[in-house]
Amino acid sequence: MELTTIWFLLVAVLFTGYFILEGFDFGVGMLLPVLGRDDRERRVMINTIGPVWDGNEVWLITAGGAMFAAFPEWYATLFSGFYLPLLLILLALIARGVAFEYRHKRPEATWKRRWDTAIVVGSLLPAILWGVAFANILRGVPLDADHEYVGGLLNLLNPYALLGGATTLALFLTHGAVFIALKTVGDIRDRAATLAVRLGVATAGLAVAFLTWTLTIRSSTTAVVFAVGAALALLGGLAAAHARREGWAFTGTAVAIGLAVATLFAALFPNVMPSTLDPAGTLTATNAASTPYTLTIMTWVAVIFTPIVLAYQGWTYWVFRKRIGVAHIPQH
Amino acid sequence: MDALDVARWQFGVTTVYHFLFVPLTIGLSVLVAILQTLWHRTGDEKYLKLTKFYGKLFLINFAMGVVTGIVQEFQFGMNWSDYSRFVGDIFGAPLAIEALVAFFLESTFIGLWIFGWDRLPKRLHLAAIWAAAIGTNLSAYFILAANSFMQNPVGYRINPDTGRAELTDFVAVLTNKVALITFPHTIAGAFLVAGSLLVAVALWHLIRNRDSADTPAYRFAAKFGAWVTLAATAAVMITGDIQGKIMTQVQPMKMAAAEGLYETESPAPFSVLTIGSLDGSRELFAIKIPYLLSYLGTGDPDGTVAGINDLQAQYATQYGPGNYAPIIPVTYWSFRFMIGFGLAAAAIALLVLWTQRRGRTPTSRWLLRAGLAMPVLPLLANSFGWIFTEMGRQPWIVFGEMLTRDGVSRSVSLTEVLTSFTAFTLIYATLAVIEVKLLIHYARAGVPDVTETPAPDDTDDAERPLAFAY
Ligand code: HDD
Ligand code: HEM
Ligand code: HEM
Repeated sequence: MELTTIWFLLVAVLFTGYFILEGFDFGVGMLLPVLGRDDRERRVMINTIGPVWDGNEVWLITAGGAMFAAFPEWYATLFSGFYLPLLLILLALIARGVAFEYRHKRPEATWKRRWDTAIVVGSLLPAILWGVAFANILRGVPLDADHEYVGGLLNLLNPYALLGGATTLALFLTHGAVFIALKTVGDIRDRAATLAVRLGVATAGLAVAFLTWTLTIRSSTTAVVFAVGAALALLGGLAAAHARREGWAFTGTAVAIGLAVATLFAALFPNVMPSTLDPAGTLTATNAASTPYTLTIMTWVAVIFTPIVLAYQGWTYWVFRKRIGVAHIPQH
Repeated sequence: MDALDVARWQFGVTTVYHFLFVPLTIGLSVLVAILQTLWHRTGDEKYLKLTKFYGKLFLINFAMGVVTGIVQEFQFGMNWSDYSRFVGDIFGAPLAIEALVAFFLESTFIGLWIFGWDRLPKRLHLAAIWAAAIGTNLSAYFILAANSFMQNPVGYRINPDTGRAELTDFVAVLTNKVALITFPHTIAGAFLVAGSLLVAVALWHLIRNRDSADTPAYRFAAKFGAWVTLAATAAVMITGDIQGKIMTQVQPMKMAAAEGLYETESPAPFSVLTIGSLDGSRELFAIKIPYLLSYLGTGDPDGTVAGINDLQAQYATQYGPGNYAPIIPVTYWSFRFMIGFGLAAAAIALLVLWTQRRGRTPTSRWLLRAGLAMPVLPLLANSFGWIFTEMGRQPWIVFGEMLTRDGVSRSVSLTEVLTSFTAFTLIYATLAVIEVKLLIHYARAGVPDVTETPAPDDTDDAERPLAFAY
């Protein structure tokens, strides 16, 4: 396989991993005021992701770094082009990251309420905006012959991209609810399970609409297979959630998100950022790539370190596998 | 004012801000790991108390380092996309490796450490903080290797067809002589901050509350911190001296600008104070130590040190017409502030050790105040060090290869950069106030009571509260 194809796959894998993992912690964050009826319940929710959210976020940092190293043109065009959405994502990630760490540091109710707002908004914005961004990449954006984005902000807010945003939002909400049901005990677990099923039905509708629309814009056999797989996984996950088989439900939503992201990448390939203006502006896995030398080095690093990272991250989830409930929350 | 100016200000502000938290994370992660190791070795509770106490301050700071770092990574693409295109082949690799090798390690193991007190066997829990500390220090290496490429590009060629820099020798990039010296210098600067924080907080408790049960813990922390500070100061001076010599070779203009040395001299004196004319081309008044600059720059008291005017003429022939000198007052003063503020912290550390000699406890209010200033001084020194390094490289973004003004994003408008600059500045300012208040609050609260955390056990009381929860 060509090195550029390998790196296209790796970048796809990193973003897929990111959306599966941070997807549920965005979900948990957004559901804070919905499922957490009092401070202790909200703390239960936050503590289900407490030990892992930062590690989850590093998937994004790695994806960004990998994109920079392997496809500098893509990295440069994407982040300078999608300037304001990305700015909002960064601000959101700042606010919510600090909020997790600082929220419990003082007892005052106003203090906690403010950080709760930061967590909710900080989870909501990226949950929508990542969908908008990736939908736009797939749809194609106006790039001139120098690969510079010339579209402006409004260009990014087209109906298809907004549907993309609504879909990631719904997926992450469902994924988060399923995760809460999987990781907690007591009342909150029951409520989360019920909510997951309700949200899941709406999500399935949005996801099917979005993926179908996607395949009419750009498609490949692999993409179709992935899209169908995503839909089936989501439905399977919902059935499991309904049957209160939470492990399976979580597997279902995780696979659904993974395959949905994979659908986008599969449909995109071999382009990485198609231009709607000048065909010469289109960035592909070949013309956006670094030299074979750089890609070879990076491949070795990835081959050696990715399994190690997966092993210790997986182990962390094992260490914190126990469900928690209000009884486990210490007084201070 | 155009988008370039704002992008530069934004880079300076966000990066200096990121680096307010980074030194404490680098240094304190290791110091906390050492404290916890001491507890393991001796079983003495005071070490456990100190581990938890400084661990908490560490985490308050750590959160800010993490969230401001994400901005750094994406800022290259947002504001400096032409730069990213030009160097991506070389510069992206260390960033990606940093994330994969270092950030995963530290963020995962920090999580394990914070929440793992009652979930992990003791040894594994200790290993977690060490893993995080190692990850943190590793991350510094990769980012500094990337930065060193900008200071002294090596291991690359310019592709004549695309005009872009291409990697030819990755080992050369990682073993860039600038990286090899910048790393220890920066790490030493970080330990200077962390050691000073240990002293400042412990001293405050010692002087305020002379005979508490925790006095031995604070005494230890103050001494330990003072020794770390002194050792770090020695390291910072030794490495800084070498760095100056290397910089004199690779960027003579920066070192001439650091000295306000307008004309080439041999032997060259070190300036204690130089006032230049407003256009920066001539000196008006100066106090100097003879031979010292020659020695610092070349290792030979009679060595020749090139001056700004000669270098400017030389660069103009080499690279075409233009101004190749950085802003002299900035480089001149930031260099002096770096050294001055850093050494001031060491002086206070010496005083602290002196007042604690042979079992004495310091009492002076005056020392208390000096102690409180202690962590701020090396933080300022670090910021000025970076301002010197980065401003001294100007007008280049990659020395000798690309001008800063050519690296900025063409598709990003002034309004957009202004928006992001304003937004980051506002959120950063707000968070700074919050974080400092929290740090002070928890520093005042003092070392916690520690009850032995029960060993992990999967079968016993499922309802037991967690040892730690957000
Ligand atoms: C507490 C912090 C601190 C202290 C006390 C010092 N430095 Fe420093 N210095 C830094 C913290 C620092 C820094 C922030 O970490 C920098 C910025 C980039 C770097 O490599 O380290 C730096 C840069 C820096 C540079 C610029 C190199 C470049 O452009 O890459 C030189 C030549 C020195 N230092 C030399 C010294 C000397 C001779 C010192 C004292 C005798 C000294 N520094 C004390
Ligand atoms: C954390 C420590 C650092 C600090 C405090 C710092 C500070 C600064 C400052 C003040 C400038 C502005 C110079 C000017 O515009 O005149 C600057 C420029 C720059 N620095 Fe750094 N820097 C740091 C580390 C790095 C590293 C590690 C990199 C790269 C890996 C880097 C990349 C750049 C770039 C690309 C510029 C050019 C943009 C500009 O000129 O504004 N910096 N930095
Ligand atoms: C301008 C270039 C820089 C970039 C792109 C950058 C990138 C980042 C990123 C993405 C994070 C968050 C990591 C996480 O989520 O865990 C971070 C945090 C951190 N960075 Fe920077 N950084 C820069 C400058 C520096 C420098 C110069 C140093 C050290 C010498 C440094 C050391 C650290 C440390 C110790 C942290 C603390 C938290 C952590 O690593 O997770 N950074 N940085």
